[in-house]
Amino acid sequence: MNAVSKEQIHQAPAVSGENHPLLVRDLTVAYHRKPVVWDIDLAIPEGRLVGVVGPNGAGKSTLLKACLDLIPSTSGEVLIFGEPYKKQFKRVGYVPQRESVDWDFPVSVLDVVAMGTYGQLGWFRPVKKRSKALALQALERVGLADYANRQISQLSGGQQQRTFLARALAQDADIYFMDEPFAAVDAATERAIVEVLRELQRRGKTCLVVHHDLSTVAEYFDWTILLNMRVVAAGPTDSVFNDENLRKTYGSKLSLLSEAADALMRSR
Amino acid sequence: MEWNEIFDVLLLRDYNTRLVVICTLLLGAACGLMGSFLLLRKRSLMGDTLSHATLPGVGLAFMVSVGMGLSDKSLPILLFGAAVTGVLGCWVVLFIRNNSRVKDDAAMGIVLSVFFGAGVVVLSLVQSMPEGSAAGLESFIYGKTASMVKGDFQILLIVTASVLLVSVLLFKEFRLLCFDESFAAAQGWPVRWLDVLLLALVTLVTVAGLQAVGLILIIAFLITPAAAARFWTDRLDRMLILSAVIGALSGWLGASVSAFFPRMPAGALIVLIAAVCFLVSMLFGSVRGVVVRFFRQETLKRKVGRQHLLRALYEILEAESAEGQAVEIRPVEFRQVRGRRTWSDAHLRRYVQQAYEDGLVRALDREVITLTDAGLMEAEKVTRNHRLWEIYLIEYADVAASRVDRDADTVEHVLGERMVATLEAKLMQLREAGSSGVPASPHPIRPGD
Repeated sequence: MNAVSKEQIHQAPAVSGENHPLLVRDLTVAYHRKPVVWDIDLAIPEGRLVGVVGPNGAGKSTLLKACLDLIPSTSGEVLIFGEPYKKQFKRVGYVPQRESVDWDFPVSVLDVVAMGTYGQLGWFRPVKKRSKALALQALERVGLADYANRQISQLSGGQQQRTFLARALAQDADIYFMDEPFAAVDAATERAIVEVLRELQRRGKTCLVVHHDLSTVAEYFDWTILLNMRVVAAGPTDSVFNDENLRKTYGSKLSLLSEAADALMRSR
Repeated sequence: MEWNEIFDVLLLRDYNTRLVVICTLLLGAACGLMGSFLLLRKRSLMGDTLSHATLPGVGLAFMVSVGMGLSDKSLPILLFGAAVTGVLGCWVVLFIRNNSRVKDDAAMGIVLSVFFGAGVVVLSLVQSMPEGSAAGLESFIYGKTASMVKGDFQILLIVTASVLLVSVLLFKEFRLLCFDESFAAAQGWPVRWLDVLLLALVTLVTVAGLQAVGLILIIAFLITPAAAARFWTDRLDRMLILSAVIGALSGWLGASVSAFFPRMPAGALIVLIAAVCFLVSMLFGSVRGVVVRFFRQETLKRKVGRQHLLRALYEILEAESAEGQAVEIRPVEFRQVRGRRTWSDAHLRRYVQQAYEDGLVRALDREVITLTDAGLMEAEKVTRNHRLWEIYLIEYADVAASRVDRDADTVEHVLGERMVATLEAKLMQLREAGSSGVPASPHPIRPGD
C-alpha cells in the first residue's frame, strides 16, 4: 500500500472503508508550553512493521505517548481502528522504555508479564492460573521461560527488555507500540526481538516501533516514519527511506549519518 | 513493676490498658499495609507532608465545633478537619509542582512547614478560648494514648478493616500502579483515581493514628515496618503481610511498654520499637540482611576456595601419573600449588586448613599437602564438574546463562544424565582429536556414590 496523502488522511473515514490501525490527524503536543511535535498526520496500514526514526529531541517518544493518551495533546486526534484510544484499550499493546521502572521492585518476571493480562481480568479479580499460563507462554516466545521465577532485579538489560516485550505479547493486542526496544541490548536479544516482531507481522498484527539505529531500519521495518518535530516523510521504507529525506530529517550537517544511509542505499 | 503486671498488659488482661493496646495494634497493622504501598509508590515524603498539614485542621475544626455549640471535644469533627487540611496540603504540593519550577522535595518542605506553622498559630488561638485548654489539642502533635476512648477503637476498627479490604480487592491494581504507572495508564486503568484512592487511605490511616502516635511520628509508623519487611522477602504479598505484622507488633509492644511509663509519649516508644525491628531486619533479614549477606559471601568464598584447591591438587597429580592410569595420592608441594593460581601464601594455608577441617587432606605439614581418600574422591568430582561445565558453555552458549549452576553438587543434578553423557562423549572426542588443554573427564563418579 502506498503512502497516504494529507488530504486523504483528513477525509479518511469517508474515503477509505477500512479502519487504519492508527490514524493521526493534525496532532500537536506541547511539553511545558513549548510545542514538541506539531501537525502530525499519519495513516498506518494494517499488518506493517513501522519504524519511527529521527534525531534526539525529535519527539518520537512524545508522539508514541500522545497516541496512547499518556500525555495530553494540544490539538488533533488519534484513532485506533477508527475509535478514540479510550475505547480500544484491549486492542493495544505497549512496551515502554526500560528506564520508566524501578527494577528493584519486589516482583518476579512471571508476575510482571502477567500484568499484561490485567486488562482482560478487569477490576478486583485476582491473578490466577490462566494469567500465569498466558504469561509463561509469552515468556517462551521471547526465550525467557527459564527466568519466570527470578526477581527482576537479577535481570540484565536485554532480559529486562524481553520481559517488557513478553508483557506486551500477553496483552494479545492488534497493534503494538514500542518505545526504543532495541536500545542498549545485546545481539542475541536484538535477534530475539526482531523474530517476535516478524512473527507478529505474520499473524497480521501492526507494530509501531521507535528506533534509533539507522543502519537496521531497512532490514527490520517495511514502513518508516521520519520524524523531526513534524513528519518529514511516512510510507513504505523502500520509497521513503532515502538520502533526501534523511537529510531533511537529520540535517545536512550530520554528514556521518547521511554517509551511512548512502552506503546502505548503494549496497541494496 | 512485676512480671505478672507486665503480662497482664501484654495479654490484654488489664482493663485500663486493653483498649489502648488493641487500638495501637490495629493501627500498626493498617500502617504496615498502607505504608508498603506508600513506600513502593515513592510517596513517603508526601505522607509526611500530609500528616504535618493536619494540624491547622484540628484546631479549626475545634473552633467550628465550639461555634456550633458543642462543648466537648468531638473526635469525628476534629479528625474530619485534620483530613481536610491534610489533603489540602497535598493538593497545594501538586499545584506548586505543576505550575512552577519548584521541585517536589522543596514543594513538600515548604507546604509541610507552612501548614504546621499555621497549625501552631491556630492552636495558640484555641488555647486562649475558654474551652480550649481543656481540649488538650496538643496531644495530636505527640500522641497521647491515655486520652483514647471507645470512639477511637471504633474508628480504628473501621479504618483497619477498610484498608485490609481494599488491599485485598485492589492488590493487583495497586501493584501495577506502584511498579509501572505508564503501562497501567496505557492499559486503561484510571491512574489518577487510583492515586487518589491510595492517598485517601493513607489520609484515613494518618488521621486515625493522630491520637496514638501524633502527627510528627505517624510517618515513621507508616514507613518503618514496610522498610523492615523488605529485608525478609522479594514478594509483594509477603511484604505486605510481614509489614502489617511488624506494625502490629510494634504497636502492641509500644503501647504496653508505655503503660508503665505514663509520662513518656507513647508515640515515641512505639516508633522506637518499630525502629528496632527495622534495625534487626536490616542486619538479619533472610533475603537482604547485611549480616546474612556477609555470611553467605563467606560461605561461598570458602566453598570456591576449596574447589579451586582440590582441582589444583588433582590436576597436579593427574599430570604426574601415567596416561590411562588411575590418579594416585602423593604429597604435593605448596610451591607447586601456588604456581597454579595467584594465591598468597596466607590464603593457600587458610584453604588447606579448612580442607583439613573438612577431612580432605592429611595431617598438616609446612611443606606438602596430601589428600585423603575422601579428598581424592571429592577432587575428582570437582574437576569433572568443572570440565563438563566448560564444555557445556562452549557447546550450548546460547542457553548457558540460564542453565549453568556451578553451585550444584553434580552436573547431572542440573542437566540430567543424558546431557552429561553427551558432554562426556564430546570431551572424549576433543581429546582424541588432539585438542590440547582439554583433558578428558576423569573416571566418572555416578550420583549416589
